[in-house]
Amino acid sequence: MLHIVACIKQVPDTKIIKMNPKTNTMDRRTAPAILNPYDAHAVEEAVRLKNKYGGIVSVVTMGPPPAVTAIKKCIEIGADEGYLITDRRFAGADTLATSYAVTKAIEKIAKTNSVDLIICGKMSIDGDTGQVGPGIARRLDIPPLTSVNKVEEINQEEGYAIVHRKLEDGYEVVRSTLPCLFSVEKTINEVPYSPLPNMIKAARYKPHIWSVDDLEEVDVKQLGLKGSPTIVSKVWAPQKPAGGTFLEGNPTSQVEQLLSVLLEKKELFETKEGV
Amino acid sequence: MDFQDYKGVWVFIEQKDGVVASVSLELLGAGRKLADKRGVELAGILIGENVKHLTKTVFEYGADTVYVYDQPIFKHYRTETYMKALLECTDKHKPEIILYGATSTGKDLASAVATDLPTGLTADTTELDVEEETGLLLASRPAFGGNIMATILCKKYRPQMATVRAKVMKALPPQSGRTGKVVKETISLKEEDIRTKVLEIVKETVKKVRIDEADIIVAGGKGLGSFQGFQLIHQLAETLGGAVGASRDVVEAGWIDHAHQVGQTGVTVTPKIYFAIGISGAIQHVVGMKNSGLIIAINKDKEAPIFQASHYGIVGDAFEIVPILIEQFKKALSIEKVSNTSEG
Repeated sequence: MLHIVACIKQVPDTKIIKMNPKTNTMDRRTAPAILNPYDAHAVEEAVRLKNKYGGIVSVVTMGPPPAVTAIKKCIEIGADEGYLITDRRFAGADTLATSYAVTKAIEKIAKTNSVDLIICGKMSIDGDTGQVGPGIARRLDIPPLTSVNKVEEINQEEGYAIVHRKLEDGYEVVRSTLPCLFSVEKTINEVPYSPLPNMIKAARYKPHIWSVDDLEEVDVKQLGLKGSPTIVSKVWAPQKPAGGTFLEGNPTSQVEQLLSVLLEKKELFETKEGV
Repeated sequence: MDFQDYKGVWVFIEQKDGVVASVSLELLGAGRKLADKRGVELAGILIGENVKHLTKTVFEYGADTVYVYDQPIFKHYRTETYMKALLECTDKHKPEIILYGATSTGKDLASAVATDLPTGLTADTTELDVEEETGLLLASRPAFGGNIMATILCKKYRPQMATVRAKVMKALPPQSGRTGKVVKETISLKEEDIRTKVLEIVKETVKKVRIDEADIIVAGGKGLGSFQGFQLIHQLAETLGGAVGASRDVVEAGWIDHAHQVGQTGVTVTPKIYFAIGISGAIQHVVGMKNSGLIIAINKDKEAPIFQASHYGIVGDAFEIVPILIEQFKKALSIEKVSNTSEG
């Protein structure tokens, strides 16, 4: 019985987020919260491995109470259990403080059912760092395997996993002892529409909700803003470039003007022609 | 932690098959500026097997010192082994700043090292500066998915660390014969204690799209409406002999592969001509193309920020403009050819 933990995050949908033109910041109120798209692939991979080898999939997230919705989405994909750690003391965490808090949650989950494998998405679409996954692996002292785009084998009996890690010009086949942590690429799988029974299960599902006090041996100084070595000192709108010339007129005239600009660099096109 | 003990700027020198990654050379250029402003040494940290000869390159591109771990255990990049070398070296020599390329290897390594030290790590930096007096690293990057930059500081921990996007910083022109101090380090790691093994490296023969090497890029955005609409971009790229680029939402919509994505989470490009068609111009896209030689934007919305980042702008419907452009361009080029032939 494999026990796989997938780490997930609820994020604002940056694709449809509106900017506040006055402050130049994201207007989070206008953005629907979704399961981080990269994490959907992590959960899907965990579910596939469960179906192949037998076992259970737990998902864990840190976030405000509405993050329950993201956990339910994971139950739809096929996860069995969901854990939300939520507490004001987690707020303002950078990647280091986040990996600390999530590690504490995983340690607690592992107390009742030891964990064989942890799967994270490549990164979150709002933070864009990809640093939390490897951070969790270091804190648990298990090998982090990033850029995983295929899981070849999980052998629980002999305690190893074999995966493909994506490289710039191909991939490498790596064997690691279990337990270990994968950060997976989006290309690792496709997330299909969820089967109806899962959707019904998800609608009724109530995740485990823990506060800091429910976790064990927590050093509160390492949580949230206090536990974050990085701080945002200022946000600023980059100096706008002067901007260029608008080519006016009807489409034909606009294209004519553009063409004369392009043909000033005609050597580019000639060399291309010659190839 | 006594900050006085931490001195110098380090660059992690990423290498593969006996070649130093270009991002590492760029970081030596950026690191040189930081080190000079602070009045300290710039060092490279080079880890691998049979890599000693690469120190020459590292000096030529600006380093004063290179710390070298050259052992069979470092034949392939593995988080565990490289991390241990970096942690040991950092503990011994105490740099104030460590920079890594924001490549998959650089990010993997930096994330692990930052957790163990522990210290702060800023991801995907696009601007770097240092406070002369305090040595505080000012690492800036586009943030919150929008048109805004954030400057990230790490005030209470040393070393300060950042991963830096490729092709954003400039490498110095190499000075042939420039040399420095080589510090040979060894680490006592036993292969049997390492929990990961690289079993095989498979090079994929399929030709990979490398849009960062193209002279002309035609990039399309969500304004093209659909996968079918996006085919217009392919047509124009083909006509001009250019590569196809895309904004993030186009890639996320599945109209084209991620290898074509330009911007903060895609590729940084500097072609001679860049077309942005139906791309609104969020900063996360603009940081990936703003250093292009000639930027031309076509967009329906006159207020789209992309026009601010462009040399020439056309407010209009791409489906109207681009077909005319393709037709006129073909015509113009054939005239050019004829006149060239008659001259020749």
